[in-house]
Amino acid sequence: MGDYVLVESRDPFESGDAPYFFKLAGDLAARGEKVTLFLVQNAVLAVRKGAKENSIAAAIDRGVEVMADSFSLRERGVLATERRAGVRLAEIGDLVDQMMADGVPKVLWH
Amino acid sequence: MTRTLTMSIMDPPYETATSTTAMRVIDAALRKGINVNVFAYEGAVSLTFKDQKPHPNPVHGTTVEEEKHPTTKDLVAGLFDLAREKAVKLDWINCGMCVDERGAGNWIEGPRRGGPPDLHKWVQESDQTVVIPTK
Repeated sequence: MGDYVLVESRDPFESGDAPYFFKLAGDLAARGEKVTLFLVQNAVLAVRKGAKENSIAAAIDRGVEVMADSFSLRERGVLATERRAGVRLAEIGDLVDQMMADGVPKVLWH
Repeated sequence: MTRTLTMSIMDPPYETATSTTAMRVIDAALRKGINVNVFAYEGAVSLTFKDQKPHPNPVHGTTVEEEKHPTTKDLVAGLFDLAREKAVKLDWINCGMCVDERGAGNWIEGPRRGGPPDLHKWVQESDQTVVIPTK
């Protein structure tokens, strides 16, 4: 058992690796790990309600806490109201808090 | 006891959003009273290159002043100022071999020259280490 912070920065519609990263987050959570998936830069495009299915919903269903960087959303003109249910708006300081949390989570940046 | 975050970055300036994100993370950590170590290697050693200059935009017809073009060396200098203001430590190492390859040894005040053994030492001493890869 351990805590994981997975940071995805790539657009899942450009990088085939990104959906696999979301799946990794879901797989870890399904094994009982505490997993935070922080989306930044173009990865936030995955959280739009109208976006094609990209494994984010499955990760949420499997217990992953999904956070989307509000700065990245604003840069791309994605309104907070456009994000799908289960995705929490976050600031970059929230990512620092997650990374520096007690228990020293394992951080993977993609 | 003050905690320490170590980050390694390798993207060159003005190429990807990753540089901006890394600086946002460093800024947030310093504001939270966390010491930050930055190991810059490969293209990232040019983030602090002193000869960077802001420029006008002839396409838009704007002057240097109107354009307010941010340079990464000024952003990093701002992070060092912030660390002093918050009384926390920002230690920034530019990988020496990467610097020599690029002729990028003229950098702003603050960073120092080092190598992989320094990163290894930081990893052992820090509370957390984050590696931000390039594409």
